[in-house]
Amino acid sequence: MKAFLATTALTLSLSAAVAGPAAAADTIKLGYIDPLSGGAASVGQIGLNQLKFIADTANAKGGINGEQVEVIAYDNQVNAQTSLVQLQKAIDAGVRIIIQGNGSSVGLAIEDFVDKHNRRNPDQRVVYLNYGAIDPALTNDKCSYWHFSFDANADVKMEALTNFIEQKQDIKKVYLIDQDYSFGHSVADAAVRMLKEKRQDIQIVGNEFHPLATITDFSPYVAKIKASGADAVITGNWGQDFALLLKAAGQAGLKVQWYTYYAGATGGPTAIKQADMPDQVFQISEGIANLGYAPADAATKAYDARYKDTPVVYPRIFNLTGMLFKAIEEARSAAPADFAPKLEGMKYNTFSSGGEAFMRKDDHQLFQPIFISTFGPSPTGQTFDEENTGWGWKKVGEIPAESTVIPTKCQMKRPT
Amino acid sequence: MLEIIFVSTINGVFYGMLLFLMASGLTVIFSMMGVLNLAHASFYMLGAFFGFEVTRHLGFWPALVIAPLLVALIGMAVERYGLRRVHRYGHVAELLFTFGLTFVIQQATETVWGKLPVDYQVPPALNFTAFRVFATNYPAFKLFDLLISIAIFLALLLVIKRTRVGLIVQAALSHPDMVSMLGHNVDRIFMLVFGVGVALAAIAGVIAGPALVTQSNMAGLLGPILFVVVVVGGLGSLGGAFAASLLIGLVQTFAVAFNVSLADLFGPLLSDHGADAYLGDIWNVTIAQVAPIVPYLMLVLILIFRPRGLMGLRDT
Repeated sequence: MKAFLATTALTLSLSAAVAGPAAAADTIKLGYIDPLSGGAASVGQIGLNQLKFIADTANAKGGINGEQVEVIAYDNQVNAQTSLVQLQKAIDAGVRIIIQGNGSSVGLAIEDFVDKHNRRNPDQRVVYLNYGAIDPALTNDKCSYWHFSFDANADVKMEALTNFIEQKQDIKKVYLIDQDYSFGHSVADAAVRMLKEKRQDIQIVGNEFHPLATITDFSPYVAKIKASGADAVITGNWGQDFALLLKAAGQAGLKVQWYTYYAGATGGPTAIKQADMPDQVFQISEGIANLGYAPADAATKAYDARYKDTPVVYPRIFNLTGMLFKAIEEARSAAPADFAPKLEGMKYNTFSSGGEAFMRKDDHQLFQPIFISTFGPSPTGQTFDEENTGWGWKKVGEIPAESTVIPTKCQMKRPT
Repeated sequence: MLEIIFVSTINGVFYGMLLFLMASGLTVIFSMMGVLNLAHASFYMLGAFFGFEVTRHLGFWPALVIAPLLVALIGMAVERYGLRRVHRYGHVAELLFTFGLTFVIQQATETVWGKLPVDYQVPPALNFTAFRVFATNYPAFKLFDLLISIAIFLALLLVIKRTRVGLIVQAALSHPDMVSMLGHNVDRIFMLVFGVGVALAAIAGVIAGPALVTQSNMAGLLGPILFVVVVVGGLGSLGGAFAASLLIGLVQTFAVAFNVSLADLFGPLLSDHGADAYLGDIWNVTIAQVAPIVPYLMLVLILIFRPRGLMGLRDT
C-alpha cells in the first residue's frame, strides 16, 4: 500500500513540476508558462522544445549581450488559476520575462496579473510576451503596456481569410463551427461580420458551437454540415476537436473546403492525411515551411534534426524571441522597463519569409505578413513535410503586413 | 427531415455501439468485483497504442488478438499485486489506487510514444465505403465496430448465463458475501475477471484508435462518459449497459441535429413578458449546444429517481 502510494505520489509530482534547473545568476531568464501535463501537454511541450532550441542556439553564439539565456518551464495545465500561482513562483525565482501562448483565458489572467504586479512593484517589473493567445480583447479592451502579442489576433486573421474568400467565386454557402468558449465565439462573430461586409451573396448556412474538448463523435455535426449544403466551412477548432471533426468528415465523404486557424497545430496534419483530404484544407497563419527562405530552412532543418519525434515549428515563437533579443541588445539591458520601449514600434524581418513586420505602439499587436496555405502530398522539390506524413504546406496566398492592419480600441496606460 | 432522422439514427447507433464497446469491460469489473475502475479508460488507451505498435509490425488482425492479451496480462498483474492488497482497506483505497494508476499509465505512455498523436490508420481491408445513405458514406470500419460490439455483447451474455463463472458472477451480484463463504477461489476469479474486463477495454482501443485519435490524452477525454453508461444502465446489468449506450448515443446525436432553443419554442408567447431578461443565456441556448451535456443530465436524473439504473439488480 505504502509503496503504491509512494509511486503514485512520485508520478504526480513528476507530472506536476517540470521545472528546469535552478536559476543561476547573470542569466536572462525566460519563464515559460504553458501546459506540460494533461490534455494539452503535447502543444505546450513543443513550445518548450523550441524555446530551448532557440536559447541553446543563442548561447552557442555567446549569449545576448554576453549573458546566457535560460529557459525555466512552469506547468499551468491551461488553467488560469494555476497559471497565476506559477507566475508568482516565477517572479519569486527572479524571472522577469514571461512567455505564454495557449489559451486566451490564461492570457487574459496573466495580462491582468502582470499589469497589477507592475503597478505595485515598480522595482521588479515583469513583461508578458504572448505567442498564441489571440482573443482580440487582449490588445483592445484589456490591453496593457506590459503585454506584447506576437501572433495575429483572431480579427486580423479573419480579415485576411475573408479577403481570400472574397476572391473565391465558387463559395456560395459557408458553415461556421467553433468551440464554445471566448475564442470560438470571437472567430464566429468576426466571420459573420466580415463576410457580410465583403460578400453579400455568401449565405451563412450554419453557426454551430460545441463544447471544448469533450466530443468523441463528430458525425452528427458532419451530417448537419452536409444537410446544409455548405461548400466551405470556417473553423477555429484546434487539437482533438479539429482532428476528430476532420476525420468524421473524411469518413462520411463530406466534400467541402475547410478554412482553419489551427490545421497546422499538433495533430492536425496527421488527421488531414488520415481523412484523406488533399488540398481541401486551408490554413491561415503567420508562416509555414516551404516558403523557400534560406535562413528559415536552415533553422527548421536544425530543429527537426534535434527533435525528430516532434518536428513541428511555430514561427511565432522564433519571431517573439528574435524581437526580444534584438530589443535587449539595443537597450543593453534585460530589464523589462528598459527594453519594452525598444519593442514598441520595432520593425522586424519575420522568421518564415523575411517579410517586414512591425509592433504597433498603440496596442502592442505585431502586424506581419500572413500566409494562406493548403495541405497535400508533397510534390517533388518541396522540402518539408509535417509530422512525418509525407504531406506538406503549400502557399496559396500572402497578405502583406500593412493590409492586415485593423483599428484598435486600446487606450494604453504607459508607466510614468 | 426524413434525411436528418435517418442519418441521425444510424449515427446514434454507431456511436452507441462504440460506447458499449468501451463500457462493457467496465460493467463486467464493476458488477463482479464492485470496483469502480477509474483506470478503465487508461487500459483502453493502452489497447490503442499496443494495437498501433503490433499493427505496424504484424498487421491489424494479429493486433486485434495480441494487444488485448497483453493488456489483460498487465491488468491481471495489477489486480494480483496491487488491487488485491488494496482491497482490504475498502472502496476508497481501491478508488484512489485506480485513480493513481491513470497517471502512471499516462506517464508511461508518454515516455514510450510521446505526446503527439500517432499515425494509427484504418486497415486497408476495411478502408472502403460500406454503404451510402442520402449521400453520406458509412465506412466499412464503422460497420466492423458495430459487429464486434454486438458479438461481444452476445458472448458476454452467453458466458454469464451459461457457464460456471457466469453462475458465480450472478451469485456475487445478489449475495457477494455468501459466494466467498462457499469457498470459491474468489481471488483467482477476480483476477480473471479483471483481466477480461481490461482486455475488453483494449479491444475497444484497438478498434476505436484508428477511427478516433490515438494520443496520450485520449483516456482523459473518454473517462466520464463511460461511468454515465454504467450507472444509467444499472450496476451489474450487461443488458442495461447495452441499452444505456444506445440510448445515450441516440439522444446525443438527435440533440445535435436540432437547433431549437427556448426562445424559438416560447418566444412568440412570452416575448412581451421579458422572459429573455430573466432567463438570460438559457433562453437562447439551442438543444444542439447542450447536446453533449444531456448524458450527464440523464445521470443525475437516474440517480435521483431510479438509483439502481435502467436494469440494475442491486441498489448499491
